[in-house]
Amino acid sequence: MSEQVENRIDRRFAALRAEGRKALVTYIVAGDGGIENTVPLMHQLVASGSDLIELGVPFSDPMAEGPVIQKGHERALAHKASLRRCLEMVAEFRRDDPETPVILMGYANPIERMGAEVFADAARDAGVDGALTVDLPAEEAGPLSELLAARNLRNIFLLTPTTSEQRIRAITELASGFIYYVSLKGVTGAGNLDLDSVRENLARIRRHTDLPLCVGFGIKDGASARAVSADGDGAVVGSVLVSAIGEAGDGALARERVAELVAEIRGELDR
Amino acid sequence: MSDRKPVDYSAFPDARGHFGPYGGRFVSETLIDALDHLQEMYASLKDDPEFQAAFDYDLAHYVGRPSPLYLAERLTERAGGARIWLKREDLNHTGAHKVNNTVGQALLAKRSGKRRVIAETGAGQHGVATATVAARLGLECAVYMGAEDVKRQSPNVYRMKLLGAEVIPVESGSKTLKDAMNEAMRDWVTNVDDTFYIIGTVAGPHPYPQLVRDFNSVIGREARRQSLEEFGQLPDALVACVGGGSNAMGLFYPFLNDGDVRMFGVEAGGDGLETGRHAAPLSAGVPGVLHGNRTYLMEDEDGQIIETHSVSAGLDYPGVGPEHAWLKDIGRVEYVAANDTEALDAFRALTRTEGILPALESSHAVAYALKLAGTMKPEQNIVVNLSGRGDKDIFTVAAIDGIEV
Repeated sequence: MSEQVENRIDRRFAALRAEGRKALVTYIVAGDGGIENTVPLMHQLVASGSDLIELGVPFSDPMAEGPVIQKGHERALAHKASLRRCLEMVAEFRRDDPETPVILMGYANPIERMGAEVFADAARDAGVDGALTVDLPAEEAGPLSELLAARNLRNIFLLTPTTSEQRIRAITELASGFIYYVSLKGVTGAGNLDLDSVRENLARIRRHTDLPLCVGFGIKDGASARAVSADGDGAVVGSVLVSAIGEAGDGALARERVAELVAEIRGELDR
Repeated sequence: MSDRKPVDYSAFPDARGHFGPYGGRFVSETLIDALDHLQEMYASLKDDPEFQAAFDYDLAHYVGRPSPLYLAERLTERAGGARIWLKREDLNHTGAHKVNNTVGQALLAKRSGKRRVIAETGAGQHGVATATVAARLGLECAVYMGAEDVKRQSPNVYRMKLLGAEVIPVESGSKTLKDAMNEAMRDWVTNVDDTFYIIGTVAGPHPYPQLVRDFNSVIGREARRQSLEEFGQLPDALVACVGGGSNAMGLFYPFLNDGDVRMFGVEAGGDGLETGRHAAPLSAGVPGVLHGNRTYLMEDEDGQIIETHSVSAGLDYPGVGPEHAWLKDIGRVEYVAANDTEALDAFRALTRTEGILPALESSHAVAYALKLAGTMKPEQNIVVNLSGRGDKDIFTVAAIDGIEV
């Protein structure tokens, strides 16, 4: 991959490393809780201690998601959220927050429909910093990766407990920004987290790359976030936030609930 | 047709599972390792005489193959043109072509040493065929089925339960086949160590489109041989219904290199293509990515998959196998649609003229064959894949007739 100019993701992880702190990556579904509530929620995430935002792009068939995030996608679609709307939200967020990295996490088809090149341009223009496309494994990701790299955007890849040594080598060469390590065999929000396996696999991955390693899937609170990030660089939290947004119903209450959850996790990570 | 560059169809998919721009492997990273293993295992067994012999034995003694090629004389008379031959997949054990594939994948499951199989199902035919082979091999079996389909295909739900399978109604999304497939994928991601996923159609991530096609291509190999025996030449046309497209691929594949054999894939036109309420991605969709492969899909302007409509649950799917997408683009197969009314008319016509109750899925193929035959000469031959029997559909048809069974 060509030499990249430092972007927001790189700067954020460099700063965290310098401070000896772990990254808190937070995930919400764009448009969940109402289109107009997403940008205020993003600002709330940052105010409560999130270092990087993963904005979920709603999709009709979110194959990798557990029931909680599936419902978040369904609610967002009921509010007419779309990839186009997500990009508008990021642009709006950027007006008041020029530094917090934002990556779009979603599925291949909305990008296919928009056209990969149109998407890459629009993402750069909106102030997006990277993309994580769940159903675009390394074998199929080449064209999008190149388009993103040419615009100094990062392509984030998943590594999992089933990824072979050979694939870890290949994927870490292709990856940029950070590595998202999926802590378990399962869907988002699952309950079968195995800390020993996480530790072993992070060590295995670390032999191949200096990229920051963030651990996600099944992280429910400060204690589990602290535990999984002990051997990595950060934790990703999604289902608990999406669940809170779903239960809250209205925007102000959702922000309040999310603020509490994020602050608790932040506190544990910094302890 | 004559100016087309010759293509060696047997060379597809390529090593990474692509049929031209279609196919591939669009799944989350967790499943790649399992797909690699499946691909390696299948590559080593595909041409292994012992494995093929075991498969052939099961097809002969368990499924009841070969299935007959039957000349439907009174149906031919009614159409008033080419002779209509029915490839009687409805006579297979469990009543449809689906069992060809599940018998094959069961052999793979057994070799892999997994203790559990899962499947998605629409009309329930693939679920029944999976539950059947699971019972035979003593494997645990879970079948995902959209909650809507559970309602409209209750006889098959009960059959699966009798066979010892757990039937899991899927309440997410549109509660039909596509959602059942999402849920089966989620199960597989979670239980990948001990679970073998028996996909029921020529779609999904590589190598599924290839191996489901290969296991079903016994249909076309037999039809080819039977055509030569019965009427001394290859058919002029083949007709098969296309949902995911496994029965059609199974019939077409052994004839692809026979340039003079025309092929027609019949999609579910639902209320009519012009209404938008249908399940015909090849006729009215666009290329996209879903369920592990790139193919034609029914979706909106934002790339969200839209709900499909068909009177037949087995065709009610917004995607289609990637090989069909490619065969459409290069013009080797012609894809058309038959709507609900036409399929129901064909269902009644075949029942009354031949005493054969076809599945509503297969009725779409019969509907198009009736039209096509009328445009052809009496000495020409059409082979229609009668992919399944219609006993499961009598409740649906009765409801349409306003009759309580």
